[in-house]
Amino acid sequence: MTRVAVVRFPGSNCETESLLAVTRAGGHATLVDYRDTDLGQSDAVILPGGFSYGDYLRSGAIARFAPVMTAVKTLADAGGAVIGICNGFQILCEAHLLPGALQHNAQQRFAARPVDVRIERTDSVCTTDYEPGEVIRIPIAHGEGRYVADEATLDALERDNKVLLRYVTVPGTDMPYNPNGSMRDIAGICNSTGTVVGFMPHPERLAEQELGSDAGQRFFTSLMRRVASGVAA
Amino acid sequence: MNVRVHVRVIPRSGLLDPQGQAIAHALAALGFPGVADVRVGKAIELTVDAVSTAAAEASVRSMCERLLANPVTEDFILEAEPA
Repeated sequence: MTRVAVVRFPGSNCETESLLAVTRAGGHATLVDYRDTDLGQSDAVILPGGFSYGDYLRSGAIARFAPVMTAVKTLADAGGAVIGICNGFQILCEAHLLPGALQHNAQQRFAARPVDVRIERTDSVCTTDYEPGEVIRIPIAHGEGRYVADEATLDALERDNKVLLRYVTVPGTDMPYNPNGSMRDIAGICNSTGTVVGFMPHPERLAEQELGSDAGQRFFTSLMRRVASGVAA
Repeated sequence: MNVRVHVRVIPRSGLLDPQGQAIAHALAALGFPGVADVRVGKAIELTVDAVSTAAAEASVRSMCERLLANPVTEDFILEAEPA
């Protein structure tokens, strides 16, 4: 059974949904404390959403130095699956496991609503169960989600196929598509092997039909499939 | 000796600073003329026990590079003085 560690930092608030999404997908999910120095025998780790350390200084800036992050980096370097959702994405950027940074939303307001995102890459550890170019509607909830990087980095992300999710307009809807002013409409990115991924939307929050949609659940079924096939880990 | 180090962390010029823009608009609405640009950053004051002002400054520079500023989006300025 695929073992997935979900890290709880002081101020995390999406660890329960993440654990449940993994369990529903058939994985063995374990909550790991930020002070732990190893991830047990985990095949994958999720850094969940929330406000670690109250977002003090910059979101993710203090969490990146938590003891558990050494083990997260070791897993990433070994080709293991590392998934950062929202605050987890911010932490991965601060830790330089992914390039760029997440800044205050352009409109200076917290944004909590559904967004339409296109799956730009289906060979990452958490997107294999989506169709190439598929557009899904899942929620965001962040104040600091505006993806920023210099032009050279952005060009490299596009060229190397490291943009994982992009905010898009769905024809027939009037929803403003880019909710925070992210450069190039980027909602999520990954490393070259697709094993370290980070994104702002919350698939774990819309992952069972009882809530009206399970559009996000395939992130977790994808993860189970990828890890079980031994491609990551 | 105790050294007081003033750190100013400023969003890199060229990057959108929505907070600065909002303040610039508010200042214009209040009738203040001639405000060409506003950028909002952070001021961090540290009191450091070090052998010299220069040593304290070097230490805080390292703190800025590792934690206090994000090199992707921010620049920092240091000023050190005996406390």
